[in-house]
Amino acid sequence: MNYRQIIMDGLWYNNVTYAQNIALCPLLAVTTTATNGLGMGLATAAVLVISNVAISLVRSFIPSEVRIPAFIILIATIVTLVDMTMNAYIHELYKVLGLFIPLIVVNCAVLARAEAFASQNSIIPSAIDGLFMGIGFTLGLVSLGAVREIIGSGTLFSGASLLLGQNFSFLEMTIIPHYKGVLLMMLPPGGFIAMGFLMVGKRYLDNRAKQKAAAMSSAPVTA
Amino acid sequence: MNQQSIQYQGGILAVIALLTSAALVIANNLTHDAIEQSRLEDLKAFLTQVVPKDYYDNDLVKDTVSLKLQGESETIIYKGRLQNKVNAVAFEWIAKGGYAGDIKVILGIDRDGKVLGARVLAHNETPGLGDKVDPKKADWITKFNGLSLGNPPIEKWGVKKDGGMFDQFTGATITPRAVVKGIKEALQVFQTHRATILGE
Repeated sequence: MNYRQIIMDGLWYNNVTYAQNIALCPLLAVTTTATNGLGMGLATAAVLVISNVAISLVRSFIPSEVRIPAFIILIATIVTLVDMTMNAYIHELYKVLGLFIPLIVVNCAVLARAEAFASQNSIIPSAIDGLFMGIGFTLGLVSLGAVREIIGSGTLFSGASLLLGQNFSFLEMTIIPHYKGVLLMMLPPGGFIAMGFLMVGKRYLDNRAKQKAAAMSSAPVTA
Repeated sequence: MNQQSIQYQGGILAVIALLTSAALVIANNLTHDAIEQSRLEDLKAFLTQVVPKDYYDNDLVKDTVSLKLQGESETIIYKGRLQNKVNAVAFEWIAKGGYAGDIKVILGIDRDGKVLGARVLAHNETPGLGDKVDPKKADWITKFNGLSLGNPPIEKWGVKKDGGMFDQFTGATITPRAVVKGIKEALQVFQTHRATILGE
């Protein structure tokens, strides 16, 4: 199993947000600030690791005909367990992240990884796939959240100390002081627009890398 | 066993459903008390924000009465007593007519109808505009402290655009208007039902 490939796929080449283009509904709902994106991303990453491991464990018992309902029940149960456990034992964090956790049930990225990866691979690769898909999703959410927050309200990582604790209050920045804000960027259409531009950016980098690689291999070997 | 057989497929789904429901029941039993405890602590934290500590010496989370003050739904009144006399009350109020649905407010009032504190508990207002009613974003909501129905006079209970004394926000008048109106209504209801609410 090529772990490097799994990691790079999760972070960049097969990124949930910018390459697979799935899980857009929670994405647009929460990325009004970079901090919200970070919270949603971390919660999703945790669920992705647990669900990938669970599904990889039971994959040999589940016939392919009934795999989808079986996966959905498992994922919904895991999310509910995470929700209850956090509410009971890490309540302070739950008050900040609690809003996002039920959204993970309808996050098709979790089911997509169960279907495309965990149901065909053993436990450790599945856990790594879940972790790095989750981190990739977090990067997508934070980058989109940052763009929307800077253009939309002129701040960056506002509310970070609520999510991460007082030690991280240095993250809270006002990029543009006395800024009136652009309401459009705070609303879902602005999210779509910003995401479109970020996707163009990723494609551009990918294409440039491809051209460079092509040029390298076709260039005549001269001194 | 043959994984293609319909018996196996139905059976495995039943087993999964059974195991997951069992896990949920167990987890629910294990976490129920802790969750209830946290909920009460949250409530207590909100109540201490709207009723200052020197207004009561009882456990006001437990000293409650339910009344139908707003339509058909029950409003839970939390009573703060000082030496067994009701000194202040707090209750949740639904302010209608927000930009995106209702705005849930918790309000602390002393026995003479003076606002001790108000907080927005839940809203769906536009981030960056209407959400300035949330004390995490701006201190607008603290302007209600110390006010009552006669102070300012009733016609001043509105946003400045409507001739009242409360600031609206740049680009958002509907949200503060709804909150001001909601708090005014709550005070009027308190005045009308004062005896029942105080239990005197």
